[in-house]
Amino acid sequence: MKPAQIVVDGNEAAARVAHSLSEVIAIYPITPASPMGELADAWSQRSDPNIWGTIPEVVEMQSEGGAAGAIHGALQAGALTTTFTASQGLLLMLPNMYKIAGELTPCVIHVAARTLATHALSIFGDHSDVMSARQTGFAMLCSESVQESQDLSLISHAVTLRTRVPFLHFFDGFRTSHEVMKIEGLAPETITGLVDPKLIADHRERALNPNRPVLRGTAQNPDVFFQAREAANLYHDAVPDAVELAFNEFAELTGRRYELFQYFGAPDAERVVVLMGSGAGAARQATEALQARGEKVGLLVVHLYRPFSINHFTDALPDTVTSIAVLDRTKEPGAVGEPLYQDVVAALSEAGRSNINVIGGRYGLSGKEFTPPMVMSVFAEAAAAEPRRHFTVGITDDVSHLSLTVDEPWQEPGDVIQAVFFGLGADGTVGANKNSVKIIGTHTDQYAQGHFVYDSKKSGAVTVSHLRFSPRPIESTYLINHANFVACHQFGFLEKVDMLDLADEGASFLLNSQYGPDEIWDQLPAKVQGQIISKNLRLFVVDGNAVAKEAGLGGRINTVLQTCFFALADIIPKDEAIAAIKESIESAYGKRGEVVLQRNYAAVDGALAALHEVTIPAAVDSTIEMRLPVPVQAPDFVQRVTGMIIGGKGDLLPVSAMPLDGTFPTATAKWEKRSIAPEIPIWDPDICIDCGRCAMACPHAAIRIKVYDPTELEAAPDSFQTKAWKSKEYAGKNLTVQVAPLDCTGCGVCVDVCPAHSKEVVKHKSINMEPKLDHVDVEETNFDFFLEIPEIDRTEVRIGSIAGSQLLEPLFEYSGACSGCGETPYLKLLSQMFGDRILIANATGCSSIYGGNLPTTPYSQNADGRGPAWSNSLFEDNAEFGLGMRLAIEGHERTARRLVSEMAPQLGGIAAELLDADQSDEAGLKKQRERVQTLLTQLKEIDDPLARELETTAEYLVRMGVWIVGGDGWAYDIGFGGLDHVMALGRNVNILVLDTEVYSNTGGQASKATPRAAVAKFAAGGKATGKKDLGMMAQSYGNVYVAQVAMGANMNQVVKAFSEAEAHDGTSVIIAYSPCIAHGIDMETMMSHQKDATQSGYWPLFRYDPAAEALEKPALRLDSRKPTIPFKDFAAKEGRFAMLSRTNPERASFLVEQAQADIDNRWQLYEQMVDVHRTAVFEDQEDE
Amino acid sequence: MNLATNYLGLELANPIVPSASPMTLSVDSLRQLEAAGAAAVVLPSLFEEQIEHEAMAVHAALNFGTDMSAESTDGYFPEMDDYNTGAGDYLDRLRTAKEALSIPVIASLNGSSAGGWTLYARIIEEAGADALELNIYLIAADAERGSAQVEEEYLHLVEAVRKSVSIPLSVKVGPYFSSTANMANRLVSAGADGLVLFNRFYQPDIDLDTLTVVPNLVLSTSDEMRLVLRWMALLHGRIDASLAATTGVHSAEDVLKLILAGADVTMMGSALLKYGPELITTILSEMIDWLTAREYMSLDQARGSLSQESSPDPSAFERSNYMHALVEYASKR
Repeated sequence: MKPAQIVVDGNEAAARVAHSLSEVIAIYPITPASPMGELADAWSQRSDPNIWGTIPEVVEMQSEGGAAGAIHGALQAGALTTTFTASQGLLLMLPNMYKIAGELTPCVIHVAARTLATHALSIFGDHSDVMSARQTGFAMLCSESVQESQDLSLISHAVTLRTRVPFLHFFDGFRTSHEVMKIEGLAPETITGLVDPKLIADHRERALNPNRPVLRGTAQNPDVFFQAREAANLYHDAVPDAVELAFNEFAELTGRRYELFQYFGAPDAERVVVLMGSGAGAARQATEALQARGEKVGLLVVHLYRPFSINHFTDALPDTVTSIAVLDRTKEPGAVGEPLYQDVVAALSEAGRSNINVIGGRYGLSGKEFTPPMVMSVFAEAAAAEPRRHFTVGITDDVSHLSLTVDEPWQEPGDVIQAVFFGLGADGTVGANKNSVKIIGTHTDQYAQGHFVYDSKKSGAVTVSHLRFSPRPIESTYLINHANFVACHQFGFLEKVDMLDLADEGASFLLNSQYGPDEIWDQLPAKVQGQIISKNLRLFVVDGNAVAKEAGLGGRINTVLQTCFFALADIIPKDEAIAAIKESIESAYGKRGEVVLQRNYAAVDGALAALHEVTIPAAVDSTIEMRLPVPVQAPDFVQRVTGMIIGGKGDLLPVSAMPLDGTFPTATAKWEKRSIAPEIPIWDPDICIDCGRCAMACPHAAIRIKVYDPTELEAAPDSFQTKAWKSKEYAGKNLTVQVAPLDCTGCGVCVDVCPAHSKEVVKHKSINMEPKLDHVDVEETNFDFFLEIPEIDRTEVRIGSIAGSQLLEPLFEYSGACSGCGETPYLKLLSQMFGDRILIANATGCSSIYGGNLPTTPYSQNADGRGPAWSNSLFEDNAEFGLGMRLAIEGHERTARRLVSEMAPQLGGIAAELLDADQSDEAGLKKQRERVQTLLTQLKEIDDPLARELETTAEYLVRMGVWIVGGDGWAYDIGFGGLDHVMALGRNVNILVLDTEVYSNTGGQASKATPRAAVAKFAAGGKATGKKDLGMMAQSYGNVYVAQVAMGANMNQVVKAFSEAEAHDGTSVIIAYSPCIAHGIDMETMMSHQKDATQSGYWPLFRYDPAAEALEKPALRLDSRKPTIPFKDFAAKEGRFAMLSRTNPERASFLVEQAQADIDNRWQLYEQMVDVHRTAVFEDQEDE
Repeated sequence: MNLATNYLGLELANPIVPSASPMTLSVDSLRQLEAAGAAAVVLPSLFEEQIEHEAMAVHAALNFGTDMSAESTDGYFPEMDDYNTGAGDYLDRLRTAKEALSIPVIASLNGSSAGGWTLYARIIEEAGADALELNIYLIAADAERGSAQVEEEYLHLVEAVRKSVSIPLSVKVGPYFSSTANMANRLVSAGADGLVLFNRFYQPDIDLDTLTVVPNLVLSTSDEMRLVLRWMALLHGRIDASLAATTGVHSAEDVLKLILAGADVTMMGSALLKYGPELITTILSEMIDWLTAREYMSLDQARGSLSQESSPDPSAFERSNYMHALVEYASKR
């Protein structure tokens, strides 16, 4: 029986096979491979067995290193084992991979190939990670498409058992891993037909077993190691033939024929391109096009990259070939050429075909687009009289001039439907489009493809869905740029995103609009009107929000727009399409409840009646202009580079526009006026109590307060609001609370925390959300004026108070974090209190993404140009990274102090002042900065090499701080070893753990910070074990300052903890409770949730100050009261706990009871610890 | 002493029926109620609005954060096998109760949409309920809608449900009609086999510390029984339907008074929550003592014996307290 056609992405295609052929799966989340682990976990959770009827055990580890160790152990004990990873994760597996291969152990690692971090991190696809594994001894099999990622997955699992050589099966991250495609599934008999049970028995027979004990993992010496290393050669040599045999068997079973090196093109080709991975699709199209022009060209796609079989390679190559262009999707600086190039050159040389001229080029790094015209230019280069031996393609390299010019036009055949959809992150557009691909893929003979592009923001992000439907298999592994259907799901994009640039002549444009067919034209920007007219577009409008609202779906417009797409695309007859959409709604949402189905059906039914075609006027008459990506007053770099990236034109930037070493300016987020909030907070000064809570809580630094002399108001616009400061602290001064209207994300947290409300109308607070359109013009003017008011002198502020801290200028602003993020208020506070003199080491995760993802940087600078200096090393090494910074700073400081001492006679009185300065407060710091300025001036006059040296280190005489920042995934799991070591060293670093209790950045997988009873990915049944008590662990060192804080529960305590941590001359750790969208809460109330968390004892607040010991006070001080509300009341308000009550009420109540016991026990322990003194027992206090 | 009573056509051993409350939620406490002597039980209401709210909340939680970044494409919660939304949970409890008890089990339903009332009524019937109590409360806050419109809504609803199920149907309403007697009659004409008088609503309260409105339900007291008493007496014998008295039934005295006024059964919630299921045993034995002492042959003899029709002073049930007091004052002079 022919297996069913299925619509899946590459990750799912590979993971299905892996799960069906494994017994033990050890995983760790990493983009873009995480979905494979999540799916495997979900399948085991719902008791899906492998092909032998056993449910694979899926275990989440603390790192990829841990996962590799676990699979190594499982293999040694005879299990069929797999794991999934990418990028840095694969690097962490390398040590074990050498072992696993060295021990000839059948195993498969599936890799969604992703860029390794170099000058920058990138989550997108290239081969730099897998190329780092090519010496491990693993066989490497590359899939170029979703179909192959399924098929070659099976080949890998089958052949590893046959050859005992472990396999690394890889496919391109995102391009293949996340591309949704219609493929042919695998019949169970195909799987069983390739996997011989005898080989599994052999594998088990080799397992470590005390009934037939052996020993592996010996240490060997020069006498035998080498020979032993050669002993397995024949096994590796056998791999190519074994893979070929399996390919042949597979072809017998399925009709799909693969070759180790798959040739396509002219049998008498003269020029051949060699590459592997997803670029093959574009390359085949280019080859075909050139062949049609009569060019003798061919393409060789590598499937089995290691072992590299010279015979198979040369056999696949026509004898007529005279030149080869090898394309590598990686970069190996300093090498003769990239790895595949070198392999090809060496293979030809060994095969005696050195007469073939080989050139090599790089393409597609970090998922860079790779299109048929690029391949054509490669073929053209290969035909040149003197081709460049090494080149790049896909970029403009105006520095080393390696790039090829790409100028061929490219148009896909007219019968391919190409549709592009612009949506807002989380508005359901992508999900609906995946669904449409499935519907068309399964209901018609059409081939279907969906590829999805996201921008780097977590709030207000633009998603672009690229869908193709074709009567032929789809090979176009690149984005659509000649769309015959364009949909804009968010009206607000019209002025921001040039969507119609990629609309083809005569295309349909579907716009989700509150304006009807008669009103819409006047609301379109002139550019859009012009594009519609000049390209002869058909314009359709639907008020998706109204239809969704009417159907009871709130603002969820995806079903409505999806229905309109089907109506307009006309791929399936209307009634059939509607039935199919409803069927897919049933299958997607059926488990969620009848009402969910009914409301979505209603949205489908309401959609078509609301869809209208617009009559297009003959001329452009709009005065609305597209918004500039950045304002004209932005600095040069921001105009030239950042603005291009914001405007979606980053691909056009040449090499020369890029910094050489990954260094970027800070303070650029303020130029990206995103204007994403529908409502913004408006201040009512009459009831304000000057508390500063709104500013403290604002995750985006979009609410600011300033205290200033009333004389500053002379030039104020009439609309500018102000009030007299009440308390004597700033008597005679005025206060303004000001919103940054275009930077606010509209989360509403400021309103939630505002304690002041009107006596007459309780709901009216001192700060209230109001429609932006009503206020934006006035508030923009007000904000501009507000920015001109001088910042307060830091020495005049009581920094350790809520209001005081908020009078300081934030040097972390307008990040791309989620609206209402629980982490960013802490970082903003940090930047206010110490931002002008700190280095930040940031672990990879949410905070490194909203902190450091291009295009713009939220870390900013004060008027003196000072601000946080920030860097991200890796996920796992952040504590060590920060420690290194500290050691360097201290070294510079020591040097400076030595030089000042040595030069004291020349410097005079200032030398002693510099060395003995009290820098414990802002006044002291200010004075020291002035002294350093004086010193530098003095040094200019001194002609002495010591003076020159001191000039380079003098600024280190002003106290600097190092803050080590990261999430719980880093601190509790992958980086805990390093964190622990840094704490043990006791050096003066400050560690801020932004504890969201889950891997937030990769989509909500459980960490060791995840609490008992919470549902998360990898803890679908509710986490069975309790949260690790990191604070207690840190306290166990005795000399580490430890604070556990929750801003929403006690802002004062947070400010105190930050002050004390910074003042502590040693290591300090602050564990900061950070609500996250993964908690399943309304982020507007995230501060209130923190209050509940603390009142229930779920998140007790404390500070452990070793300095208190010296004063004979208890080091541990509990800053929250004994729990007053039961855990279940807190838990009931959060989706992560409540979800389990729905899915499994019995287990939920069992776990909630245990979680309550955790709380009770911990509270009791903490109360006892408060009385514990660490002081030593004196000799005269002998035991009784 | 024969305490047998007929309610909605169900033959009950006595007139004590625990009303919908947390007490009738678990099968354990249902068993205790039966053992203590309860003649039937009313399960807590199936709230359509709650069911919808929960399903939509699950839907929203699973949708939340999906496709918000390239690194988080599938939302933040794992997809699970069953979210137990819908009426499944309620029906399970109903079936369990039916299996565990030998006394009649009356299901209770509070719908929010026309389709919801009939849909859930049908599946409750299919799940084996002995009778269905429609728990209707509409807060008529819309100044644009007149009383006639509101009343029509009640009647339509009862008619629709009556058409969709064949098990006995009672209707539980509040006392706030311009003409309660007229409304009672029309509800019966619309298809109600019995009336349950009266509903008690969640009422808003204000927390003076937080300046927030906190709706909640406080336990009833015996005093609240008087309003019910009046209407039992006024309706007994005048409508062709069973009458259940509920609200403020706390003691044997309360039960007896309501039976004398004309109730077929008395329903208890707050008192059971306060004193436990054993209260039923005590009440039954005190009722028997009272009836025996006065040489009643059966409870039926006493039923309605002080209804308005049978009362020596029929106007007493129609007088307001103010009038009563004034007259007394005048006569004393």
